[in-house]
Amino acid sequence: MINEILFMNGYGQYVWSAFLFTLLSFVSLFLITKLQLVKEQKKFIAKFGLLNSQKTRVAKLQNINKEILSGTSKI
Amino acid sequence: MFKFFEPNKIFLINSKVTKYVLFLFIIVLSIGLLEALVLSPEDYKQSHSVRIMYVHVPAAWISIGIFSSIAFLSMGVFIFKNKNLSLISKSLAPSGFIFNIVALVTGAIWGIPTWGTWWAWDARITSMVILLLFYLIYLLSWRIFDNNDKAIKITSIIAIFGVINVPIIKFSVDWWTTLHQPSSINILSKTSIHSSMLIPLAIMTAAFALFSLLIFLMKYNTELIKIKNKGLDRL
Repeated sequence: MINEILFMNGYGQYVWSAFLFTLLSFVSLFLITKLQLVKEQKKFIAKFGLLNSQKTRVAKLQNINKEILSGTSKI
Repeated sequence: MFKFFEPNKIFLINSKVTKYVLFLFIIVLSIGLLEALVLSPEDYKQSHSVRIMYVHVPAAWISIGIFSSIAFLSMGVFIFKNKNLSLISKSLAPSGFIFNIVALVTGAIWGIPTWGTWWAWDARITSMVILLLFYLIYLLSWRIFDNNDKAIKITSIIAIFGVINVPIIKFSVDWWTTLHQPSSINILSKTSIHSSMLIPLAIMTAAFALFSLLIFLMKYNTELIKIKNKGLDRL
């Protein structure tokens, strides 16, 4: 059973390499996108920390800013 | 209608649904992989190599679907002068690009046992390469042009121009003699694939669609935070 799944009548190398390439592409794209998101969130939090109290109050009026500040990442 | 497309609202929804989409994607992909690699039968002609279809076909479908959506949204940018549509398009492009690469590479791997060659300049494959080039130019244009308005215009034109290639991809196997087989699944006529293969194909397509949704949600939020970062500078 396991041999059949692994070797697939000699087609295993083609099938497994196609599936592995797909999964590796998915993981790479997910990690790159995730890293970009975290980087921008960190940049936002750092910039927010530099604002004076009046500007902070204005910025906090927007829900979206609060959401960005609420957590660096949800996943 | 465009109230629905308000960036702030989309951001708030995105932040909440992303983890559920990831969870759902992992479940659907696991079922899909089990079906595709273990439970589905081998083909009487292609034997086990037919299993490559379960990654090759959904990747091709979704890359074409995403590019068509980008072109449709780009038309909306010109008609409704809504910049958020271009932000949605920009966030869709990376997953479409990756799916296009996956379709070409898995197709090349499938070609070795089936055709005896990994590459042929046949109409279907060539038109998919052209689609990849359009994706590449589209993504590079966003990086090259600093002026956001200029970038929106140029990328929209690229997408609208590039969508001409989509019907060429679809009908290339009918218009020209190609190595690539004609479509086995047709919305308007009866499909020639048995349900034991059609079900895993549908599950894998759903998994791929969920993955592109996941990347879109993350990318859209990234782009929006970039805009908000610029907004903080202007305060």
